Amino acid sequence: MNFLQNLGRSTINKVTAVGASSIMLFGALFAFPIWKNVRLTIQQMYVVGVQSLLIIMVSGLFIGMVMALQGYTILVNYGAEGSLGPMVALSILRELGPVVTALLFAGRAGSALTAEIGLMKATEQLSSLEMMAVDPLRRVISPRFWAGVISMPMLALIFSAIGILGGHLVGVDWLGVDAGSYWSIMQATVEWEKDVVNGVIKSIVFALVVVWIALYKGYSCIPTSEGISKATTETVVFSSLSILGLDFILTALMFGIS
Amino acid sequence: MINKRTELLVGLFVALAIAAALLLALQVANQGMAGSGEVYKLTARFDNIGGLKPRSSVKVGGVVVGRVSRIYLDEQELIPMVELEISEEYGLTFPDTSSLSILTSGLLGEQFIGLQPGFIFPEDLVMIEEDKVCETDTLLDCPYLTDGEEVLDTKSALVLEDLIGQFLFNQGEE
Repeated sequence: MNFLQNLGRSTINKVTAVGASSIMLFGALFAFPIWKNVRLTIQQMYVVGVQSLLIIMVSGLFIGMVMALQGYTILVNYGAEGSLGPMVALSILRELGPVVTALLFAGRAGSALTAEIGLMKATEQLSSLEMMAVDPLRRVISPRFWAGVISMPMLALIFSAIGILGGHLVGVDWLGVDAGSYWSIMQATVEWEKDVVNGVIKSIVFALVVVWIALYKGYSCIPTSEGISKATTETVVFSSLSILGLDFILTALMFGIS
Repeated sequence: MINKRTELLVGLFVALAIAAALLLALQVANQGMAGSGEVYKLTARFDNIGGLKPRSSVKVGGVVVGRVSRIYLDEQELIPMVELEISEEYGLTFPDTSSLSILTSGLLGEQFIGLQPGFIFPEDLVMIEEDKVCETDTLLDCPYLTDGEEVLDTKSALVLEDLIGQFLFNQGEE
């Protein structure tokens, strides 16, 4: 009997959480078209976008460099080091760019969003806003949501571009692959719609999921120090897992059997 | 209120993202190439185009002079037709007698079209000099390849299975 009760309770809690997060998402999505929110969104783009720029650019550079180094040592055995360009470009544009950006974004910006909103809840700032007849969804959640969704695809594009330049740095400038074949075979292989645009679509989906999880975890956390710490951890764990799971589904839809 | 510095940095961030998108579009995916630069069109029919694809290059002795713009099937004759875009830089350069062949770069590389420039008969040279056939509007009698013209001399791609089949057939005859 006890077991059944527990099962029922946890199911009800899960469904309630899905419902509550959907209500929050709905509020955040449709609170955008107000001029004041645009300015708040720009403010938040500074926090989640500009401040994540350094970590994204540095990791993009190093991932591109490592891809070129690893790829070169294998491809040179077959005399195919000319294919280094497309190898680096395709793996970064299709997979590493969107996925690594989203993982870093979840760790760098997602956890900060959860902690910030969790603390606002713990110190009753959200309740105070409601007391003043200001909708916290509109004033606090929505600008952060849109700032994240707008910033992450841009971060992913920057990541990809820097990664490919990093591959050029190691492959061409250091290991001596011909610069002409690095770029020209890349240009012949990479397709705008199939590779670049699909990568951007992936990162938009990841952005929606990461920001949604981060904001909901902060908004619904238990307003204590343990509660905030638990919510922050859950944000990073849940977003990372859903990024990797969604990535498989999106890859299968985009590049799998057609 | 948002201060100026924040706005400036967000603006810089957006500009950086746009620059990255442009780099990916132009340098990596080479999206801009197709529309840029003046080109003229040639057509050619092949028996078999092998692994030729749209955007494959057209080369003269290794120098890229154009790209394949379209590949389609001639509806009456059911023969592959290939449409080429040659850079206007090479206008009035290749004689009518030039030939096209589908070649492969390296053992496993991409296929491309090799253009072998032909020659011009001495009497045609005289025609160019005296009758100015290459300065008329229609360019019909011009002995150079011009916009919309069909290259008649073509060699198909080598298909490995056909070659092996031919080889075995010849062996059987002996």
